[in-house]
Amino acid sequence: MTINQSGWKPSSPVQGATDTGTVTGNRALMLEEALIFEIGDSETTGVDIDGPEQRDTGLGSLLRSAPIGLPGLTEPETVRHYTRLSRQNYAIDLGLFPLGSCTMKHNPRLNEKIARLPGFADIHPLAPRETVKGALELINTLAFWLIDLTGMHGVAMSPKAGAHGELCGILCIRAALEARGDPRSVVLVPESAHGTNPATAAFAGYRVENIPANDAGRVDLEALKARLGPDVAAVMITNPNTCGLFEPDMKAISDAVHAAGAFVYCDGANFNAIVGKVRPGDLGVDAMHINLHKTFSTPHGGGGPGSGPVVLSEALSPFGPLPYTARTTDGVVHLVEEEQAEAFSAEHFGGKLQSFGRMTAFHGQMGMFTRALAYILSHGADGLKQVSEDAVLNANYILRSLEDVLDAPFAQSGPCMHEALFSDKGFAEGVSTLDLAKALIDEGFHPMTMYFPLVVHGAMLIEPTETESKAALDQFIMALRSVAERCRAGDESLKSAPHHAPRRRLDETLAARKPVVAWREPVPAAAEAPTPSEVGDR
Amino acid sequence: MRYLPLSDTDRTEMLATIGAGSVDELFRDVPQEARLDGPIRGLPMHASELSVERQLTALARKNVPASDAPFFLGCGAYKHHIPASVDHLIQRGEFLTAYTPYQPEIAQGTLQVLFEFQSQVARLNGCEVANASMYDGSTAMWEAIGMAGRITRRNLAIIHEGVHPHYVSVARTMAKFTGTSLADRAPQLSADMQVDALLADIEANSPSCVVVQYPDILGRITDLQPIADAAHAKGALLIAVVTEPVALGLLKSPGEMGADIVVGEGQSIGVGLNFGGPYVGLFACREKHIRQMPGRIAGETIDADGKRGFVLTLSTREQHIRREKATSNICTNSGLCALAFSIHMTLLGEKGLRALAELNHARARAAADKLAAIPGVRLVNDLFFNEFTLELPVEARPAVHRMVEQGVLGGVSLGRLYPDESQLANGLVVAVTETATDEDIDALVQALTEAVK
Repeated sequence: MTINQSGWKPSSPVQGATDTGTVTGNRALMLEEALIFEIGDSETTGVDIDGPEQRDTGLGSLLRSAPIGLPGLTEPETVRHYTRLSRQNYAIDLGLFPLGSCTMKHNPRLNEKIARLPGFADIHPLAPRETVKGALELINTLAFWLIDLTGMHGVAMSPKAGAHGELCGILCIRAALEARGDPRSVVLVPESAHGTNPATAAFAGYRVENIPANDAGRVDLEALKARLGPDVAAVMITNPNTCGLFEPDMKAISDAVHAAGAFVYCDGANFNAIVGKVRPGDLGVDAMHINLHKTFSTPHGGGGPGSGPVVLSEALSPFGPLPYTARTTDGVVHLVEEEQAEAFSAEHFGGKLQSFGRMTAFHGQMGMFTRALAYILSHGADGLKQVSEDAVLNANYILRSLEDVLDAPFAQSGPCMHEALFSDKGFAEGVSTLDLAKALIDEGFHPMTMYFPLVVHGAMLIEPTETESKAALDQFIMALRSVAERCRAGDESLKSAPHHAPRRRLDETLAARKPVVAWREPVPAAAEAPTPSEVGDR
Repeated sequence: MRYLPLSDTDRTEMLATIGAGSVDELFRDVPQEARLDGPIRGLPMHASELSVERQLTALARKNVPASDAPFFLGCGAYKHHIPASVDHLIQRGEFLTAYTPYQPEIAQGTLQVLFEFQSQVARLNGCEVANASMYDGSTAMWEAIGMAGRITRRNLAIIHEGVHPHYVSVARTMAKFTGTSLADRAPQLSADMQVDALLADIEANSPSCVVVQYPDILGRITDLQPIADAAHAKGALLIAVVTEPVALGLLKSPGEMGADIVVGEGQSIGVGLNFGGPYVGLFACREKHIRQMPGRIAGETIDADGKRGFVLTLSTREQHIRREKATSNICTNSGLCALAFSIHMTLLGEKGLRALAELNHARARAAADKLAAIPGVRLVNDLFFNEFTLELPVEARPAVHRMVEQGVLGGVSLGRLYPDESQLANGLVVAVTETATDEDIDALVQALTEAVK
């Protein structure tokens, strides 16, 4: 295998590339790191595995003949490789991570410790039930809390992420409508909804229609009422919405939707703003997913895993997915799978349970349930309420501390919830939200959510969360004020930010135009195919 | 409330800056009748770290961990030894507590790992490209069926009898709501995968895809090339499902035998059993289909200085851009599990993976020979990797419970997976990995001997 001695360079040198000033590309504590394919080889391994007693496999022509091409590193090389890579990441453990709508809060290490107890981490999903009683009880305890905190009737635990939960909720709605012989064809989605909402409705076989937002950044109630009719299956609403605002008409919306024979789906991604303060069930919500990683602090690991249990109203509860856990009147927690679903339903629930089916191979994200329950028990009923209050307080503090330097389109509408929305209005010609975000990186912060929600031009959505101290917020506000002023003044250096990150601005267009998504051995120069570096006019 | 840093003084000062008299004023958009006054009923107050740890440890003790008993369960989730450095590295805060790499300049660690992961997964499966992971194997299989439908513009998926029944169940759920037709049947308790019936089904229809598991739910393996040829002759794609990726250290990859899409469960490498999740779905395919591939993808590019860097790419297929026209509704991946997979795979390397696979096969072979010698017990399939099926003289479900009484977790009964198929009731699927010692295997032989009496 060819070893690229200068792994920081692209596979082929780029014309006009500027040097970083060092031979290795390293800068002080920031070390460049080549790919495992460039530093490892097929003969190196970091594990000691005793050879098998006999090598005659009897597998004949099914045996692999050609090499796979997997590089190996020794254990010390592996530890260095991944440790060096980790240092090129921004993370909540390093500082404030104000991604609106994504919720990056402190991840308590107690939760990690609990999730790794062998009694939770080292049990098989098909283990005989008498050997996993504690796990079933844990799922049921968490289910109880989720039902109680949301004022709902039932919960489906198996969805593996927020968007998977959305799909689960919409499938429950579809199953309920079909069960009553009233299949409908349309799902209404307000403009301010997450992008997954319309994708989910379309995947469940519905036609999606948008409902506009009003001038105050809320759902236009009159437009919604006017569109309701016998073809509408559900309305998917996000509350608090993606403008960071509570929908004060939520009850009126639910009443109108129910009167039209349809169901209310609430995107619960922002539940962390109201947990312990408001119960969505009291507002007429029929189904809502809960992103455990957002509201209940399970770490997101650079993009997952997530976990998206869905709480359900009385009307939808019978239709949730398999497998499910249920506590019967004798206090025993049961794990109900296809095999006994019908009999279980007949014996304990009068035959009412009519699951729409299975969404995933096993019971969902047990590792996330464990972490979420540890977090919930740590905070308790009193603490969770304090969580919401501090999250809202922190967001409003940001909103009011920046509204003189950044346009805040809905600031006149009243307090925000857990996130504050700003726009690029007032920036100098040619300076964009993107430039502000990249300049913020140079100040040592992860940028906020950009260009979302779509209802605001050049949107910036800031969510500080409750685990930030006032001192951390003040430092962030100071940095953002300074960058905002440079944006208003049209500072040219913004256009080339970030200047101090592990990488300068990356060319995303190039990556999409000629995708290179797996490593290939460099080919000899004469036969060289075009690489991304040579495509386009750089 | 150790996770909340604001003091009462901070709160008062901040309210003054905001211009609000109390926190409740900030909730004024919430209608009064929907507000909760006081703590939520029925729930306990906050608890100390010590107290929470005690409560949950007590719950954990009610379970029997795989490492505390001779353990032989498989069927889509496998117990393997994970090197200590894997868990150590994934717990580094910069990996653990990072979000989706939306700002690539400060997420190169995650992005380079995903690029390396994609490269490993593609090679392992014999494909050209792979994505940055899915929720799990079952959801990956459903997404592959959807992708085949988009490519061929057909809507019939033929599913081979050996595909994990829970995976089929997931596909059936999704098919019901998306207008996809599924043709599937329950397996026979026979030594060979029923390939002739499958070839006849392909010949008689024009499916979008044919789905085959390798090794299959009973642990059987077969050459996929004739199935690929038959599918391609009818303009269909071959989707191979791999639930035990360690097998690919020893066996020919599905891609090498003509599979167009290879999906799988990556739990075996680097990710613990976790009672079913979180796991990591693997998804690899031919480069020509890359724009139809669902999920996240990391791609190579350059920065303003010309240095190599990585970004999430091809996101124009995704929900946040195409909304209701997206190729899938999924919004995330299993980043941390993909990292664990990738680290473990890097530690193994080609050499280690092959040794691990050989060891698994040898342990399973040794166990199968001993188990087949139990009076009345028949080894159904002689061709397997690390998992095989036994036909017992009695129903396997109660036999499994009788083995538990003897302290042995002895396998998965086919009766649990196929409650309606009486011809499978005596089938027991046994998985033997490198973690099973000679003593464990002897304990299994003894427990099963007792259980079938």
